[in-house]
Amino acid sequence: MEWLSLDLLPPLLRGFKITLLLTLCSIAVALCCAFLAGLARISKYAWLRGVATAYVEVFRGTSLLVQLFWIYFALPMLLDIQFSALAAAVLALGLNYGAYGSEVVRSSILSVPRGQIEATIALNMTVYHRMRRVILPQAWSMMLPGFGNLQIELLKGTSLVYLITLTDLTYQGMMLRSYDLSRTAAIFAWLLILYFIAAYALTLFIRFAERRAAAGRG
Amino acid sequence: MSQNNPKDEHDKPLVSYRKITKSFGDRTVLKELDLDVYPGEKIALIGPSGSGKTTIARLLMTLEKPTSGTIEVEGEMLWLMPRKGKLVPANEKHLHRVRSKIGMVFQHFNLFPHMTIQRNVTEALVHVLKIPKSEADERAMRMLERVGLQEHTNHYPSQLSGGQKQRVAIARALVMQPSVMLFDEVTSALDPELVGEVLDVIKGIASQGEMAMILITHEMDFARDVADRILFTDGGVIVEEGTPEQVFQNPQSPRLQTFLSRFLNGSSDGRTGSRVAAGAEQ
Repeated sequence: MEWLSLDLLPPLLRGFKITLLLTLCSIAVALCCAFLAGLARISKYAWLRGVATAYVEVFRGTSLLVQLFWIYFALPMLLDIQFSALAAAVLALGLNYGAYGSEVVRSSILSVPRGQIEATIALNMTVYHRMRRVILPQAWSMMLPGFGNLQIELLKGTSLVYLITLTDLTYQGMMLRSYDLSRTAAIFAWLLILYFIAAYALTLFIRFAERRAAAGRG
Repeated sequence: MSQNNPKDEHDKPLVSYRKITKSFGDRTVLKELDLDVYPGEKIALIGPSGSGKTTIARLLMTLEKPTSGTIEVEGEMLWLMPRKGKLVPANEKHLHRVRSKIGMVFQHFNLFPHMTIQRNVTEALVHVLKIPKSEADERAMRMLERVGLQEHTNHYPSQLSGGQKQRVAIARALVMQPSVMLFDEVTSALDPELVGEVLDVIKGIASQGEMAMILITHEMDFARDVADRILFTDGGVIVEEGTPEQVFQNPQSPRLQTFLSRFLNGSSDGRTGSRVAAGAEQ
Protein backbone atom coordinates (compact mmCIF):
# COMPACT_ATOMS: atom_id res chain seq x y z
CA MET A 1 0.00 0.00 0.00
CA GLU A 2 2.98 2.26 -0.44
CA TRP A 3 1.36 4.13 -3.29
CA LEU A 4 -1.41 5.30 -0.96
CA SER A 5 1.04 7.57 0.81
CA LEU A 6 0.07 9.85 3.64
CA ASP A 7 1.75 12.95 2.26
CA LEU A 8 -1.38 13.50 0.15
CA LEU A 9 -3.54 13.79 3.22
CA PRO A 10 -2.90 17.31 4.58
CA PRO A 11 -4.11 19.16 1.45
CA LEU A 12 -7.00 16.73 1.04
CA LEU A 13 -8.04 17.22 4.65
CA ARG A 14 -8.16 20.97 4.12
CA GLY A 15 -10.68 20.35 1.35
CA PHE A 16 -12.46 17.75 3.48
CA LYS A 17 -13.08 20.39 6.13
CA ILE A 18 -14.82 22.62 3.58
CA THR A 19 -16.87 19.66 2.35
CA LEU A 20 -17.97 18.81 5.88
CA LEU A 21 -18.77 22.41 6.76
CA LEU A 22 -20.82 22.77 3.60
CA THR A 23 -22.62 19.50 4.22
CA LEU A 24 -23.61 20.32 7.79
CA CYS A 25 -24.74 23.88 7.04
CA SER A 26 -26.67 22.75 3.97
CA ILE A 27 -28.38 19.94 5.90
CA ALA A 28 -29.59 22.52 8.43
CA VAL A 29 -30.94 24.79 5.68
CA ALA A 30 -32.44 21.83 3.79
CA LEU A 31 -34.19 20.58 6.93
CA CYS A 32 -35.82 23.98 7.47
CA CYS A 33 -36.89 24.21 3.82
CA ALA A 34 -38.21 20.64 3.91
CA PHE A 35 -40.42 21.30 6.94
CA LEU A 36 -41.65 24.69 5.79
CA ALA A 37 -42.48 23.48 2.28
CA GLY A 38 -43.76 20.07 3.41
CA LEU A 39 -46.18 21.63 5.91
CA ALA A 40 -47.18 24.34 3.42
CA ARG A 41 -48.08 21.70 0.86
CA ILE A 42 -50.72 20.21 3.17
CA SER A 43 -51.98 23.60 4.36
CA LYS A 44 -55.66 24.42 4.03
CA TYR A 45 -54.74 27.69 2.28
CA ALA A 46 -54.55 27.24 -1.49
CA TRP A 47 -52.11 30.11 -2.01
CA LEU A 48 -49.65 28.61 0.46
CA ARG A 49 -49.89 25.23 -1.23
CA GLY A 50 -49.32 26.98 -4.56
CA VAL A 51 -46.18 28.76 -3.40
CA ALA A 52 -44.74 25.60 -1.89
CA THR A 53 -45.55 23.51 -4.96
CA ALA A 54 -43.89 26.05 -7.23
CA TYR A 55 -40.75 26.02 -5.06
CA VAL A 56 -40.57 22.23 -4.98
CA GLU A 57 -41.14 21.80 -8.71
CA VAL A 58 -38.62 24.47 -9.70
CA PHE A 59 -35.84 23.20 -7.45
CA ARG A 60 -36.45 19.55 -8.23
CA GLY A 61 -36.91 20.21 -11.91
CA THR A 62 -33.66 22.09 -12.60
CA SER A 63 -30.13 20.94 -11.99
CA LEU A 64 -28.16 21.77 -8.86
CA LEU A 65 -25.32 23.02 -11.01
CA VAL A 66 -27.52 25.56 -12.76
CA GLN A 67 -28.93 26.64 -9.40
CA LEU A 68 -25.39 27.18 -8.07
CA PHE A 69 -24.54 29.29 -11.11
CA TRP A 70 -27.73 31.27 -10.75
CA ILE A 71 -27.27 32.08 -7.12
CA TYR A 72 -23.56 32.85 -7.40
CA PHE A 73 -23.20 34.44 -10.86
CA ALA A 74 -26.61 35.44 -12.23
CA LEU A 75 -28.38 36.95 -9.20
CA PRO A 76 -25.65 39.54 -8.59
CA MET A 77 -26.05 40.73 -12.18
CA LEU A 78 -29.85 40.95 -12.03
CA LEU A 79 -30.29 42.16 -8.46
CA ASP A 80 -27.89 43.95 -6.23
CA ILE A 81 -27.00 40.95 -4.04
CA GLN A 82 -23.65 39.25 -3.82
CA PHE A 83 -23.32 36.08 -1.78
CA SER A 84 -19.99 34.71 -0.70
CA ALA A 85 -19.19 31.45 -2.47
CA LEU A 86 -19.85 29.53 0.73
CA ALA A 87 -23.22 31.20 1.35
CA ALA A 88 -24.26 30.66 -2.26
CA ALA A 89 -23.33 26.98 -2.05
CA VAL A 90 -25.19 26.46 1.24
CA LEU A 91 -28.23 28.25 -0.16
CA ALA A 92 -28.28 26.24 -3.41
CA LEU A 93 -27.70 22.89 -1.71
CA GLY A 94 -30.18 23.69 1.06
CA LEU A 95 -32.94 24.81 -1.30
CA ASN A 96 -32.35 21.92 -3.69
CA TYR A 97 -32.33 19.11 -1.12
CA GLY A 98 -35.01 20.89 0.90
CA ALA A 99 -37.31 20.51 -2.11
CA TYR A 100 -36.76 16.73 -2.14
CA GLY A 101 -37.02 16.63 1.65
CA SER A 102 -40.37 18.39 1.61
CA GLU A 103 -41.84 15.37 -0.15
CA VAL A 104 -40.51 13.14 2.62
CA VAL A 105 -42.10 15.44 5.22
CA ARG A 106 -45.41 15.66 3.39
CA SER A 107 -45.79 11.95 2.70
CA SER A 108 -44.78 10.98 6.25
CA ILE A 109 -47.33 13.32 7.79
CA LEU A 110 -50.03 12.00 5.49
CA SER A 111 -49.20 8.41 6.41
CA VAL A 112 -49.93 8.89 10.12
CA PRO A 113 -53.13 6.84 10.56
CA ARG A 114 -56.41 8.72 10.34
CA GLY A 115 -57.41 7.29 13.74
CA GLN A 116 -54.70 9.34 15.41
CA ILE A 117 -56.26 12.54 14.11
CA GLU A 118 -59.69 11.37 15.23
CA ALA A 119 -58.35 10.69 18.71
CA THR A 120 -56.98 14.23 18.94
CA ILE A 121 -60.37 15.63 17.89
CA ALA A 122 -62.12 13.48 20.49
CA LEU A 123 -59.67 14.84 23.11
CA ASN A 124 -60.42 18.37 21.92
CA MET A 125 -56.87 19.25 20.95
CA THR A 126 -56.16 22.31 18.83
CA VAL A 127 -54.76 21.89 15.33
CA TYR A 128 -51.36 23.12 16.53
CA HIS A 129 -51.26 20.82 19.53
CA ARG A 130 -52.26 17.87 17.36
CA MET A 131 -49.46 18.56 14.88
CA ARG A 132 -46.82 19.34 17.46
CA ARG A 133 -47.37 16.53 19.94
CA VAL A 134 -49.16 13.74 18.09
CA ILE A 135 -48.68 13.86 14.32
CA LEU A 136 -45.12 15.18 13.93
CA PRO A 137 -43.50 12.89 16.52
CA GLN A 138 -44.97 9.88 14.71
CA ALA A 139 -44.22 11.25 11.25
CA TRP A 140 -40.65 12.04 12.34
CA SER A 141 -39.69 8.40 12.71
CA MET A 142 -41.07 7.73 9.23
CA MET A 143 -39.09 10.66 7.79
CA LEU A 144 -35.70 9.50 9.04
CA PRO A 145 -34.90 6.84 6.42
CA GLY A 146 -35.77 9.29 3.65
CA PHE A 147 -33.72 12.03 5.27
CA GLY A 148 -30.79 9.62 5.60
CA ASN A 149 -30.72 9.03 1.86
CA LEU A 150 -30.97 12.73 1.09
CA GLN A 151 -28.16 13.63 3.50
CA ILE A 152 -25.78 11.32 1.70
CA GLU A 153 -26.93 12.60 -1.68
CA LEU A 154 -26.28 16.12 -0.41
CA LEU A 155 -22.79 15.22 0.77
CA LYS A 156 -21.97 13.94 -2.68
CA GLY A 157 -23.64 16.95 -4.28
CA THR A 158 -21.14 19.23 -2.56
CA SER A 159 -18.49 18.11 -5.09
CA LEU A 160 -20.02 20.57 -7.56
CA VAL A 161 -19.09 23.63 -5.52
CA TYR A 162 -15.57 23.91 -6.94
CA LEU A 163 -17.35 25.32 -10.00
CA ILE A 164 -18.12 28.42 -7.95
CA THR A 165 -14.53 28.73 -6.64
CA LEU A 166 -14.77 26.72 -3.39
CA THR A 167 -11.80 24.49 -2.59
CA ASP A 168 -13.60 21.41 -1.35
CA LEU A 169 -12.34 17.84 -1.18
CA THR A 170 -12.91 17.07 -4.85
CA TYR A 171 -11.24 20.30 -5.92
CA GLN A 172 -8.16 19.58 -3.78
CA GLY A 173 -7.96 16.17 -5.38
CA MET A 174 -8.10 17.68 -8.85
CA MET A 175 -5.36 20.18 -7.93
CA LEU A 176 -3.05 17.49 -6.55
CA ARG A 177 -3.61 15.44 -9.65
CA SER A 178 -2.64 18.33 -11.91
CA TYR A 179 0.74 18.51 -10.09
CA ASP A 180 1.53 14.85 -10.57
CA LEU A 181 -0.65 12.78 -12.88
CA SER A 182 1.21 9.61 -11.96
CA ARG A 183 -0.47 9.64 -8.54
CA THR A 184 -3.98 9.80 -9.93
CA ALA A 185 -4.95 6.42 -8.51
CA ALA A 186 -3.73 7.27 -5.02
CA ILE A 187 -5.52 10.61 -5.01
CA PHE A 188 -8.81 9.12 -6.15
CA ALA A 189 -8.45 6.32 -3.65
CA TRP A 190 -8.18 8.89 -0.87
CA LEU A 191 -11.25 10.69 -2.20
CA LEU A 192 -13.21 7.45 -2.06
CA ILE A 193 -12.09 6.75 1.49
CA LEU A 194 -12.81 10.25 2.79
CA TYR A 195 -16.24 10.52 1.16
CA PHE A 196 -17.10 7.08 2.45
CA ILE A 197 -16.09 7.99 6.00
CA ALA A 198 -18.28 11.11 5.88
CA ALA A 199 -21.23 9.24 4.38
CA TYR A 200 -20.93 6.46 6.90
CA ALA A 201 -20.85 8.95 9.77
CA LEU A 202 -24.13 10.39 8.46
CA THR A 203 -25.60 6.90 8.24
CA LEU A 204 -24.63 6.16 11.84
CA PHE A 205 -26.15 9.44 12.95
CA ILE A 206 -29.46 8.63 11.25
CA ARG A 207 -29.47 5.13 12.78
CA PHE A 208 -28.97 6.67 16.18
CA ALA A 209 -31.86 9.07 15.54
CA GLU A 210 -34.05 6.20 14.35
CA ARG A 211 -33.35 4.20 17.49
CA ARG A 212 -34.20 7.20 19.65
CA ALA A 213 -37.42 7.89 17.75
CA ALA A 214 -38.48 4.28 18.12
CA ALA A 215 -37.95 4.20 21.90
CA GLY A 216 -40.64 2.16 23.57
CA ARG A 217 -42.27 1.11 20.34
CA GLY A 218 -41.58 -2.21 18.85
CA MET B 1 -80.71 12.88 38.72
CA SER B 2 -83.31 10.99 36.82
CA GLN B 3 -81.30 8.06 35.73
CA ASN B 4 -84.12 5.58 36.00
CA ASN B 5 -86.64 7.81 34.38
CA PRO B 6 -84.64 9.76 31.88
CA LYS B 7 -87.58 11.39 30.21
CA ASP B 8 -88.55 13.22 33.36
CA GLU B 9 -90.15 16.42 32.18
CA HIS B 10 -87.78 18.52 34.29
CA ASP B 11 -84.88 17.34 32.22
CA LYS B 12 -83.86 19.05 29.06
CA PRO B 13 -82.11 16.84 26.57
CA LEU B 14 -78.34 16.98 26.70
CA VAL B 15 -78.03 16.13 23.04
CA SER B 16 -80.65 16.59 20.34
CA TYR B 17 -80.37 15.33 16.80
CA ARG B 18 -82.93 17.01 14.54
CA LYS B 19 -83.70 15.73 11.06
CA ILE B 20 -80.13 14.57 10.58
CA THR B 21 -79.33 13.25 7.14
CA LYS B 22 -75.85 12.07 6.24
CA SER B 23 -74.77 10.96 2.79
CA PHE B 24 -71.42 9.80 1.52
CA GLY B 25 -71.57 10.49 -2.20
CA ASP B 26 -74.91 9.10 -3.31
CA ARG B 27 -75.13 6.63 -0.43
CA THR B 28 -77.38 7.90 2.33
CA VAL B 29 -76.45 6.37 5.70
CA LEU B 30 -78.82 8.36 7.91
CA LYS B 31 -82.25 9.64 6.92
CA GLU B 32 -83.84 12.47 8.88
CA LEU B 33 -82.86 11.04 12.22
CA ASP B 34 -84.30 12.53 15.41
CA LEU B 35 -82.79 11.54 18.72
CA ASP B 36 -82.69 13.04 22.21
CA VAL B 37 -80.17 11.94 24.81
CA TYR B 38 -80.90 12.97 28.39
CA PRO B 39 -78.32 13.72 31.08
CA GLY B 40 -77.03 10.50 32.60
CA GLU B 41 -78.97 8.34 30.18
CA LYS B 42 -77.38 5.14 28.88
CA ILE B 43 -78.41 4.38 25.32
CA ALA B 44 -77.41 1.30 23.35
CA LEU B 45 -77.50 1.40 19.57
CA ILE B 46 -77.89 -1.99 17.99
CA GLY B 47 -78.41 -2.99 14.41
CA PRO B 48 -76.78 -4.66 11.44
CA SER B 49 -73.46 -3.41 10.08
CA GLY B 50 -73.89 -0.42 7.81
CA SER B 51 -77.12 0.63 9.49
CA GLY B 52 -75.69 4.03 10.41
CA LYS B 53 -74.96 3.43 14.12
CA THR B 54 -71.35 4.48 13.97
CA THR B 55 -72.22 7.55 11.92
CA ILE B 56 -74.56 8.68 14.69
CA ALA B 57 -71.61 8.72 17.09
CA ARG B 58 -69.13 10.21 14.63
CA LEU B 59 -71.50 13.09 13.86
CA LEU B 60 -71.72 14.02 17.52
CA MET B 61 -67.93 13.86 17.95
CA THR B 62 -67.65 16.25 14.95
CA LEU B 63 -65.69 13.65 13.00
CA GLU B 64 -68.33 13.96 10.28
CA LYS B 65 -70.46 16.88 9.24
CA PRO B 66 -74.18 16.26 8.67
CA THR B 67 -75.45 16.68 5.12
CA SER B 68 -78.52 18.35 6.58
CA GLY B 69 -80.16 18.78 9.96
CA THR B 70 -78.80 20.03 13.26
CA ILE B 71 -77.27 18.62 16.42
CA GLU B 72 -77.52 20.54 19.68
CA VAL B 73 -75.47 19.92 22.78
CA GLU B 74 -76.80 21.63 25.91
CA GLY B 75 -78.67 24.09 23.74
CA GLU B 76 -75.73 24.94 21.51
CA MET B 77 -75.57 23.95 17.86
CA LEU B 78 -72.58 21.85 16.90
CA TRP B 79 -71.69 23.32 13.53
CA LEU B 80 -73.42 26.68 13.81
CA MET B 81 -73.00 29.57 16.19
CA PRO B 82 -75.01 32.72 16.74
CA ARG B 83 -73.53 35.97 15.54
CA LYS B 84 -75.50 39.22 15.33
CA GLY B 85 -78.77 37.34 15.68
CA LYS B 86 -78.00 34.95 12.87
CA LEU B 87 -76.55 31.46 12.78
CA VAL B 88 -73.21 31.32 11.00
CA PRO B 89 -70.80 28.39 10.46
CA ALA B 90 -68.99 27.58 13.70
CA ASN B 91 -65.36 28.57 14.13
CA GLU B 92 -62.69 26.48 15.88
CA LYS B 93 -63.31 28.22 19.18
CA HIS B 94 -66.99 27.31 19.17
CA LEU B 95 -66.26 23.70 18.18
CA HIS B 96 -63.63 23.53 20.90
CA ARG B 97 -66.16 24.56 23.56
CA VAL B 98 -68.90 22.20 22.41
CA ARG B 99 -66.50 19.28 22.00
CA SER B 100 -65.36 19.61 25.60
CA LYS B 101 -68.68 18.04 26.61
CA ILE B 102 -68.21 14.98 24.42
CA GLY B 103 -65.83 12.05 24.69
CA MET B 104 -65.32 9.02 22.51
CA VAL B 105 -63.75 5.57 22.66
CA PHE B 106 -62.92 3.99 19.31
CA GLN B 107 -63.10 0.48 17.94
CA HIS B 108 -59.37 0.53 17.19
CA PHE B 109 -58.33 2.31 20.44
CA ASN B 110 -56.29 5.01 18.61
CA LEU B 111 -53.85 5.32 21.50
CA PHE B 112 -50.79 7.47 20.85
CA PRO B 113 -48.05 4.88 20.20
CA HIS B 114 -45.17 7.24 20.99
CA MET B 115 -46.41 8.05 24.49
CA THR B 116 -46.43 5.95 27.64
CA ILE B 117 -49.77 4.89 29.08
CA GLN B 118 -49.46 7.62 31.69
CA ARG B 119 -48.85 10.29 29.06
CA ASN B 120 -51.64 9.04 26.86
CA VAL B 121 -53.98 9.80 29.74
CA THR B 122 -52.42 13.07 30.90
CA GLU B 123 -51.71 14.60 27.48
CA ALA B 124 -55.07 16.32 27.00
CA LEU B 125 -55.44 17.11 30.71
CA VAL B 126 -52.21 19.09 30.65
CA HIS B 127 -52.36 20.58 27.18
CA VAL B 128 -56.11 20.99 26.60
CA LEU B 129 -57.56 21.54 30.07
CA LYS B 130 -54.30 23.20 31.26
CA ILE B 131 -54.26 21.29 34.52
CA PRO B 132 -50.90 21.34 36.36
CA LYS B 133 -48.81 18.29 35.60
CA SER B 134 -48.70 16.94 39.15
CA GLU B 135 -52.48 17.07 39.48
CA ALA B 136 -52.92 15.56 36.02
CA ASP B 137 -50.62 12.69 37.02
CA GLU B 138 -52.70 12.07 40.12
CA ARG B 139 -55.96 12.07 38.19
CA ALA B 140 -54.49 9.79 35.55
CA MET B 141 -53.31 7.40 38.25
CA ARG B 142 -56.75 7.27 39.85
CA MET B 143 -58.34 6.65 36.48
CA LEU B 144 -55.84 3.93 35.56
CA GLU B 145 -56.52 2.25 38.89
CA ARG B 146 -60.20 2.35 38.10
CA VAL B 147 -59.62 0.44 34.86
CA GLY B 148 -57.12 -1.87 36.59
CA LEU B 149 -53.96 -0.73 34.82
CA GLN B 150 -52.01 1.04 37.56
CA GLU B 151 -49.14 -1.43 37.01
CA HIS B 152 -48.65 -0.35 33.42
CA THR B 153 -48.27 3.43 33.60
CA ASN B 154 -44.75 3.43 32.16
CA HIS B 155 -45.40 0.94 29.40
CA TYR B 156 -46.07 1.86 25.81
CA PRO B 157 -49.29 0.85 24.04
CA SER B 158 -47.45 -1.75 21.93
CA GLN B 159 -46.60 -3.64 25.12
CA LEU B 160 -50.25 -4.13 26.09
CA SER B 161 -52.94 -6.58 25.01
CA GLY B 162 -55.94 -5.36 23.04
CA GLY B 163 -58.18 -5.41 26.09
CA GLN B 164 -55.64 -3.41 28.09
CA LYS B 165 -55.25 -0.90 25.27
CA GLN B 166 -58.97 -0.39 25.15
CA ARG B 167 -59.10 0.14 28.90
CA VAL B 168 -56.40 2.80 28.57
CA ALA B 169 -58.46 4.44 25.83
CA ILE B 170 -61.46 4.44 28.15
CA ALA B 171 -59.39 6.01 30.94
CA ARG B 172 -58.05 8.61 28.54
CA ALA B 173 -61.55 9.65 27.47
CA LEU B 174 -63.05 9.43 30.95
CA VAL B 175 -60.43 11.61 32.63
CA MET B 176 -61.67 14.56 30.53
CA GLN B 177 -65.04 14.31 32.33
CA PRO B 178 -67.35 14.69 29.34
CA SER B 179 -71.12 14.98 29.80
CA VAL B 180 -71.71 12.34 27.16
CA MET B 181 -69.42 9.52 26.16
CA LEU B 182 -69.56 7.59 22.91
CA PHE B 183 -68.44 3.96 22.79
CA ASP B 184 -68.08 2.93 19.16
CA GLU B 185 -67.99 -0.88 18.95
CA VAL B 186 -65.24 -0.89 21.52
CA THR B 187 -65.00 -4.67 21.74
CA SER B 188 -65.32 -5.50 18.04
CA ALA B 189 -61.56 -5.51 17.40
CA LEU B 190 -60.76 -7.65 20.44
CA ASP B 191 -60.08 -11.34 20.76
CA PRO B 192 -63.16 -12.98 22.32
CA GLU B 193 -61.40 -13.77 25.59
CA LEU B 194 -60.54 -10.07 26.10
CA VAL B 195 -64.06 -8.74 25.58
CA GLY B 196 -65.21 -9.42 29.13
CA GLU B 197 -62.61 -7.26 30.87
CA VAL B 198 -63.52 -4.25 28.74
CA LEU B 199 -67.26 -4.69 29.19
CA ASP B 200 -66.70 -5.03 32.96
CA VAL B 201 -64.97 -1.67 33.05
CA ILE B 202 -67.75 0.00 31.09
CA LYS B 203 -70.40 -1.52 33.32
CA GLY B 204 -68.55 -0.17 36.34
CA ILE B 205 -68.53 3.30 34.86
CA ALA B 206 -72.18 3.10 33.86
CA SER B 207 -73.28 2.04 37.33
CA GLN B 208 -71.74 5.01 39.11
CA GLY B 209 -71.68 7.70 36.47
CA GLU B 210 -73.84 10.72 35.94
CA MET B 211 -72.36 10.77 32.49
CA ALA B 212 -74.63 9.99 29.56
CA MET B 213 -73.42 7.13 27.42
CA ILE B 214 -74.12 6.07 23.86
CA LEU B 215 -73.00 2.49 23.34
CA ILE B 216 -72.75 1.09 19.86
CA THR B 217 -72.44 -2.62 20.33
CA HIS B 218 -73.02 -6.10 19.04
CA GLU B 219 -73.01 -7.51 22.57
CA MET B 220 -76.70 -8.01 23.25
CA ASP B 221 -76.33 -9.19 26.87
CA PHE B 222 -74.18 -6.18 27.61
CA ALA B 223 -76.68 -3.80 26.01
CA ARG B 224 -79.47 -5.35 28.06
CA ASP B 225 -77.51 -4.99 31.31
CA VAL B 226 -76.28 -1.46 30.87
CA ALA B 227 -78.75 0.51 28.78
CA ASP B 228 -81.80 2.46 29.93
CA ARG B 229 -82.98 2.58 26.36
CA ILE B 230 -82.19 0.49 23.30
CA LEU B 231 -82.40 1.85 19.77
CA PHE B 232 -82.48 -0.51 16.82
CA THR B 233 -81.23 1.11 13.61
CA ASP B 234 -81.49 -0.33 10.15
CA GLY B 235 -81.14 1.32 6.77
CA GLY B 236 -80.34 4.74 8.23
CA VAL B 237 -83.41 5.10 10.44
CA ILE B 238 -84.33 4.17 14.00
CA VAL B 239 -86.70 1.30 13.38
CA GLU B 240 -87.64 0.58 16.97
CA GLU B 241 -86.76 1.78 20.44
CA GLY B 242 -87.66 1.03 24.00
CA THR B 243 -86.45 -0.34 27.30
CA PRO B 244 -84.31 -3.48 27.13
CA GLU B 245 -87.33 -5.56 28.18
CA GLN B 246 -89.51 -4.17 25.40
CA VAL B 247 -86.88 -4.52 22.72
CA PHE B 248 -85.52 -7.94 23.60
CA GLN B 249 -88.65 -9.68 24.89
CA ASN B 250 -91.28 -8.14 22.72
CA PRO B 251 -89.80 -6.85 19.49
CA GLN B 252 -92.47 -5.37 17.24
CA SER B 253 -90.94 -4.90 13.83
CA PRO B 254 -90.09 -7.90 11.65
CA ARG B 255 -86.63 -6.46 11.00
CA LEU B 256 -85.76 -6.37 14.68
CA GLN B 257 -87.19 -9.87 15.17
CA THR B 258 -84.97 -11.20 12.37
CA PHE B 259 -81.97 -9.35 13.72
CA LEU B 260 -82.40 -10.65 17.25
CA SER B 261 -83.07 -14.21 16.14
CA ARG B 262 -79.58 -14.30 14.70
CA PHE B 263 -78.16 -13.65 18.15
CA LEU B 264 -80.51 -15.83 20.14
CA ASN B 265 -80.57 -18.92 17.92
CA GLY B 266 -77.03 -19.96 18.70
CA SER B 267 -75.56 -17.30 16.40
CA SER B 268 -74.78 -17.52 12.74
CA ASP B 269 -71.01 -17.48 12.83
CA GLY B 270 -69.96 -19.00 16.13
CA ARG B 271 -68.08 -15.85 17.06
CA THR B 272 -71.18 -14.12 18.28
CA GLY B 273 -71.95 -17.05 20.55
CA SER B 274 -68.68 -16.75 22.36
CA ARG B 275 -69.17 -13.01 22.68
CA VAL B 276 -72.54 -13.38 24.28
CA ALA B 277 -70.90 -15.90 26.60
CA ALA B 278 -68.08 -13.49 27.36
CA GLY B 279 -70.60 -10.80 28.12
CA ALA B 280 -72.54 -13.14 30.40
CA GLU B 281 -69.57 -14.15 32.51
CA GLN B 282 -69.91 -11.23 34.85
